[in-house]
Amino acid sequence: MFDIKDLYQEVIVDHNRSPRNFGKLEDADRTLEGYNPLCGDKLTLYIKTDGDKINDIAFDGSGCAISVASASLMTDAMKGKTLQEAESLFNHFHSLVTTDDDVDMEQLGKLAALAGVKAYPARVKCASLCWHTMHSVIQGDNTPVHTE
Amino acid sequence: MNKQNTAMNTDTSTFDIEKIRADFPILQQQVNGKPLVYLDNAATSQKPRQVIETLDTYYQEYNANIHRGVHTLSEKGTAVYEAAREKVKTFLNAESTKEIIFVRGATEAINLVAQSFGRNTISAGDEIIITELEHHSNIVPWQILCEQTGAKLNYIPINDAGELILEEYEKLLNKNTRIVAIGHISNALGTINPIKKIIDMAHAVGAKILVDGAQAVPHTKVNVKELGCDFYVFSGHKLFGPTGIGVLYGKEALLDAMPPYQSGGDMIQTVSMIKSTYNSLPYKFEAGTPHIAGVIGLGAAIDYVNELDLTVTAQYENELLDYANEQASQISDLKFVGTAKDKTSILSFTLGRIHPHDIGTILDGEGVAVRAGHHCAMPVMERFGIPATARASFAFYNTLAEVDALILAIDKCQKVFG
Repeated sequence: MFDIKDLYQEVIVDHNRSPRNFGKLEDADRTLEGYNPLCGDKLTLYIKTDGDKINDIAFDGSGCAISVASASLMTDAMKGKTLQEAESLFNHFHSLVTTDDDVDMEQLGKLAALAGVKAYPARVKCASLCWHTMHSVIQGDNTPVHTE
Repeated sequence: MNKQNTAMNTDTSTFDIEKIRADFPILQQQVNGKPLVYLDNAATSQKPRQVIETLDTYYQEYNANIHRGVHTLSEKGTAVYEAAREKVKTFLNAESTKEIIFVRGATEAINLVAQSFGRNTISAGDEIIITELEHHSNIVPWQILCEQTGAKLNYIPINDAGELILEEYEKLLNKNTRIVAIGHISNALGTINPIKKIIDMAHAVGAKILVDGAQAVPHTKVNVKELGCDFYVFSGHKLFGPTGIGVLYGKEALLDAMPPYQSGGDMIQTVSMIKSTYNSLPYKFEAGTPHIAGVIGLGAAIDYVNELDLTVTAQYENELLDYANEQASQISDLKFVGTAKDKTSILSFTLGRIHPHDIGTILDGEGVAVRAGHHCAMPVMERFGIPATARASFAFYNTLAEVDALILAIDKCQKVFG
């Protein structure tokens, strides 16, 4: 039996209500869009890098609380990271929401709040939209991301 | 809000809700520790045991291929299958069973008409009219036909209540209009369109008209002879029947002149290595072994709704909708999407800044099943400037107490998001 509060934790409600790093980053050097065509969630990710370091990152778009909070938390976590560290975080997050594997919660920090999504298979794609978009950016892929 | 009053008296006093609910085994369960409140009937309806048992009997006692065997089981199967066609004919008040084609669902029926009737009669410069209210299944087949033929696709717009603007329809109609395709009732908003008037207007310019009745047949009596429509389509699974079975009604003369849609066994008279001749109606359009169990199950579903009487159930559903509207209107931030004067039992809404998908998840936690999303009607969402709505759609087995459960669950959404 799942309590709905396990999914909609305070951190998620808060990041949905006041998303961090929300808006267009004018001097971004990497920009990519992500879509969930079936539910209509969409976001654009803006990244400003210095070498392989993420100097600044932001997003805009619209979606459900899970997708907005996930993007807000992810962008917070990505600031100052190298692209390799970002990719490692992507793998950790992916394990967190899709597997029963032991995940290094310490490395995930606040992102651990999204662990509750695993119990709601239909909502995993909401939480992972921004992450798949981020992953594509790191891979140097320029085609918009779909997570259906 | 939170008015816990379920003791509302209804005029439908002959309506024994407990007896009806007992016919639907699936309703007697708990979901997430709460009694299931199934309010996603516009997506698919639940099946009474009469339908389930009919399917069971077919598979256990007379499963056989039809129209070809000389053995006993095949003859029994053929007889029950064709009896179901007779039931559909009577249900729609069609002229003849030749006008009743079994297909996979409303979607396949529309594709059949677009590709068989449409491609045979439409050419560049012709016009097709649909509406802003349509389900994608009544948009995309016509878009494809227009791409194939160079015809032009026009849309009848809707007003802020979600009603078709007939003055605009009048302006779109002209001597080039070949086909009008329109939903009888909107799946996203519940609007009941003035279908008879729309049909007459199409015929006045010589156009043929297809009516998508997927949302209509569970809620209203349909009489194709009286309506005068050229094609009428519906899906069995929304009418308490099995999935994967649907009906295309077409006027015999039109169907007769149309080329086959798919080809293979059962739809031919003779096959030589040079040429084949086609079977007569309705078999010309039923290539291959059909969904025999589906057809037989649909027949049982039609018996079931006939027994209940659709005019009585519609009245009861209206009472549910009125009560839901009254209760929902007391929730702050709840905005109704689709407020047509003539409406079936669909409550489509948004709730402040709470996204419909979050509403859907939280309601599910309370055992309440609704649909959240664009309802395969993205142009409708675009018209209202929203990405999605939450939609509660009622059937005759729902209760006033279930409306209360819905309202309490919506209240919970607001609490979760503070």
